[in-house]
Amino acid sequence: MAETALLDAADKALINRLQEGFPISSHPFAESGRELGLSEDDLLNRLKRLQENGLMTRFGPLYHAERLGGGLSLCAMAVPEDRFNEITELVNSYPEVAHNYERDHLLNMWFVLATEAPQRIAEVVQEITQRSGITVRNMPKIEEFFVGLKFTL
Amino acid sequence: MVLAAAVPPRLEAMDAQLLEAVQGGLPICSRPYAAVAQVLGITEEEVIRRIANLQQSGIIKRWGVVVRHHELGFTANAMVVWDIPDTQVQTLGAQMGAFPCVTLCYRRPRRLPEWPYNLFCMIHGKERHHVLQSIATIIATLGLDAVDYKVLFSGRRFKQRGAHYQLTPVAENRAPAATASTPLHAVVTHG
Repeated sequence: MAETALLDAADKALINRLQEGFPISSHPFAESGRELGLSEDDLLNRLKRLQENGLMTRFGPLYHAERLGGGLSLCAMAVPEDRFNEITELVNSYPEVAHNYERDHLLNMWFVLATEAPQRIAEVVQEITQRSGITVRNMPKIEEFFVGLKFTL
Repeated sequence: MVLAAAVPPRLEAMDAQLLEAVQGGLPICSRPYAAVAQVLGITEEEVIRRIANLQQSGIIKRWGVVVRHHELGFTANAMVVWDIPDTQVQTLGAQMGAFPCVTLCYRRPRRLPEWPYNLFCMIHGKERHHVLQSIATIIATLGLDAVDYKVLFSGRRFKQRGAHYQLTPVAENRAPAATASTPLHAVVTHG
């Protein structure tokens, strides 16, 4: 990885630490810096560089979709190889499709639906099923188990 | 089937504005909350109080660095799915989520006959063989030798759009006039 080769030990330490959380206080970077043994300016400059290098999406929140009132689900389809391009185009044409991955299984196309209104999930599932002639398997989460969600360098 | 979050949320209008203002990230400067406060025309103290409350209520799941895991070298990405007896799925789901390699862990409905799996976890690693090693460790540690499971590595990525939340308080007629809070329309993705 060319990008990660540019990271020094302090960069890695701050990425590891700041994935776990960030102070909500008047001078949060100064506070984090003290913990990491970095000055406020040094920490700010490192974060700006990580953002410029594209290693960090943003510095801020991940929201809980359902608690904001939206719909969210994981869907899967078994797409014949010779129809893959056509079905990809159809599925991706829906703005509600957040991401779409090929996976190695009979159910080989997996996508996440994120909708403004929860009831829109079922409509999109039905529409794609009808337009493609392939049943969309809708697998909304029943329960979410706590994870650290952290990539340790 | 009962979904975990069946209750529609009610947020104050200022919370919605705040969530929209910070969704793309905080400004990277000495006093980021003061900078956000200035944009919204409220005080730094109010921004701090509201963000702390939103985090406590779980609307903000995480607050900090959001990395691009692919660019950081975590390129092997497996969805591991398990057919766990319904009576054990809660316990095992919680135990599986506790492994550091597991980045998401959900219970989902089976879709029989072709899909008997009810527990889904995502495992990211720098190499496929690391991911497979992690799975072997989970199986050995939790005693899952007899459990049917599948490892679905991702192949081509057809679409991945960035997070975007459009938080617009909906029409007044859907919100009781007597309260200051409004339900929200949210367009949400996670990357």
